Amino acid sequence: MKNRLKVLRAERDWTQADLAEKLEVSRQTINAIEKGKFDPSLPLAFKAARLFGLTIEDIFDDEQ
Amino acid sequence: MTKITKTDFERTVKRNTRILGVATFAWVLSMAFAAFGPEYLWQSRWLSFFAILANALFGVGMIVANMKHISALDELQQRIQLTAMGISLGVAVVFGLSLSLLETTGALPIKAEIAHIVVLISFTYMGTLIVANKRYG
Repeated sequence: MKNRLKVLRAERDWTQADLAEKLEVSRQTINAIEKGKFDPSLPLAFKAARLFGLTIEDIFDDEQ
Repeated sequence: MTKITKTDFERTVKRNTRILGVATFAWVLSMAFAAFGPEYLWQSRWLSFFAILANALFGVGMIVANMKHISALDELQQRIQLTAMGISLGVAVVFGLSLSLLETTGALPIKAEIAHIVVLISFTYMGTLIVANKRYG
């Protein structure tokens, strides 16, 4: 699944560690999501959407 | 150069891992005590019984520490652990029974022991963790 997490993070000048801290996950998980190696659960996707003030669809794209 | 700092989440995981390490070490130590005590330290059946009981209690402590450790991990880390555990269980059942069959049918002159399965599980678990962490790393 494609996502805009890296772009959104960069716009706010956050490191992976910053985002991991805010979402209460490991940096490994943020890295895996950004690289498309791991799809987050719905609760984590909602948490990310709330954090960025966007909808889930604005961040994650189901098209392969 | 980017300064790498540990997040609260990572600190919690590290603390739980350390607790699990201590609990595992205590269990292994009590296992050695219960296994070698009757040979080198005492000749009492009661002392052996209590040493085995203590070992089992340390084992329960280790299981609880492991449960806390896993529940504190995030979803990716839990998936990695679940994968490693699932593969280890499968390997243990399949090759454990193969080993047992080799012994019972006399196909190979070996003596199957539970320790062989424990070693097999350990190496499978560690190997799977390394591969999975590399995959998501």
